[in-house]
Amino acid sequence: MTVEQPPTAQKFRSPTTEAPVVRLLLIGVAVFCMGLFFVLPMAVVFVEAFARGVWPYLANFVDPEVVASIQLTLLVAAITVPLNALFGISAAWAIAKFSFPGKTLLVTLIDLPFSVSPVVAGLIYVLLYGVNGVFGPWLVAHGIGIIFAVPGIVLATIFVTFPFVARELIPLMQEQGVGDEEAALSLGASGLSTFLHTTLPNIRWALLYGVLLCNARAMGEFGAVSVVSGHLRGLTTTMPLQIEMSYNEYNFVGAFATATLLGALALVTLAIKTLLETRYGDEIAGARRV
Amino acid sequence: MSQLTLGWQSLGRRHVVPGFRLSLGFTIFYLSLIVLIPLAALVARAAGLGLSEIWEILSTPRVVAALRVSFVTSLLAAVFNVPIGVLVAWVLGRYNFYGRRLLDAMVDLPFALPTAVAGISLSALYAENGWVGALFAPFGIKIAYTPLGIWVALVFIGLPFVVRSVQPVLAEVDSELEEAAATLGASRWRTFRRVVAPIILPAILTGFALALARGIGEYGSVIFIAGNIPFVSEIAPLLIVTKLSEFDYAGATVIAVAMLGISFLLLAFINLLQLWTLRRFGHDG
Repeated sequence: MTVEQPPTAQKFRSPTTEAPVVRLLLIGVAVFCMGLFFVLPMAVVFVEAFARGVWPYLANFVDPEVVASIQLTLLVAAITVPLNALFGISAAWAIAKFSFPGKTLLVTLIDLPFSVSPVVAGLIYVLLYGVNGVFGPWLVAHGIGIIFAVPGIVLATIFVTFPFVARELIPLMQEQGVGDEEAALSLGASGLSTFLHTTLPNIRWALLYGVLLCNARAMGEFGAVSVVSGHLRGLTTTMPLQIEMSYNEYNFVGAFATATLLGALALVTLAIKTLLETRYGDEIAGARRV
Repeated sequence: MSQLTLGWQSLGRRHVVPGFRLSLGFTIFYLSLIVLIPLAALVARAAGLGLSEIWEILSTPRVVAALRVSFVTSLLAAVFNVPIGVLVAWVLGRYNFYGRRLLDAMVDLPFALPTAVAGISLSALYAENGWVGALFAPFGIKIAYTPLGIWVALVFIGLPFVVRSVQPVLAEVDSELEEAAATLGASRWRTFRRVVAPIILPAILTGFALALARGIGEYGSVIFIAGNIPFVSEIAPLLIVTKLSEFDYAGATVIAVAMLGISFLLLAFINLLQLWTLRRFGHDG
């Protein structure tokens, strides 16, 4: 919005912007706040992780418990993200391509997990599948463990990451309508072929965007997982839980060393997210919504 | 009524685009399995206790204190985030400066950074020997392991909600309105107060409510820095975890339902606000 001013108008200031001093001051305050609240916490993770040098940092990743927690985190994300992506595509397809009663309610219900505290998200599965839960006695009788076991961690993670893909795809596919699909179908393409060759290319960047955010949260979820995990060493501890256990044992280097991996994940996620927004902003309808 | 019947007919009608029953069927099945049935089980469990027992649990001093700590610290954090969030949104949207894109990307850090990582790094920073905590320690101000620490964590978690709510609305403010205000002799500050602020107010309130709702439920980033002393710095989500570890399922359930109630009230408030904005200004807040 910078307009070239003729040389004589050098002193002229647009009536809809602030004096340079005010501008500098506001930018300064914003940068200071962001630095204090966002840059310092990020920096301290790496500084603390290397506080005793490189070797203690690296030694953390030889610890079998830490290795197991990394493996479990990857496993949980590998199950959660595809399932929620499939759900997101399915929900967006039904909501965007057809009209049916109760659609608004359905969209609201899909967003519901975002307004539930992570701890409550864990609690609801304990009440269902825990030893004292609704299905508890049956599960115990059949020797199936969900709570304090990996299935519970997966369920809780699916809950907290539930809306991520759906909420990116729904507004975009609603905007796109059914024109492209109808054209493909009328030219003789099958339903599946229409989806793969017409719909998917239209939504790929938004899908990737949703998957990216879903993955970041799935790998980093703490509260919900903490309630259902039982903190069994090397068995049901994901990376965030491993960080908590190291920290509570005063193994600060270990805690921050594990945290650097998740911190790096967050930075990579933000970088790809920004790249997608800059390059394919038009194809990501929900990009600017909270 | 006729519209509703017409609507239901579409369930049986054949569409040109295939996959309606499959996609809607899977959507409703998955939603019920993961979200609706477990939440219903929670509410049913609380309802099974009866009103008197629910009241008895909710009026326990420790529960009242935890709910109050959660609500008050979240409220104060959200209030603080409003001016800072509007300022950041303003700077990002109005000014061109070196590093603006980086700053813009960084706003989403609390969304991307796992809460446990935020928790340990904030408590390291704001502890008495931490980089920031050491600046306050000589004045006798302790931040980490006090309610002030909870507030710091909630400011961190809530700021992006305000920025991201205000940013798109601020970008849409018609510059002609500001020009008109300027020609009528209004200063920039007055233009902001009287022209811009009323337009972005619904977005500010939305961001405020979102930050508040998130703050009340927040767990991971808070428990490391909070100190977790009952009656002083124990938040409601932590009390749920404590009750669960003591096998007090009734207690945990009742607090959880109370928290759900608070979030739904806030959610309803946001929806009403957006409806009101749509009517008044003809655009989405």
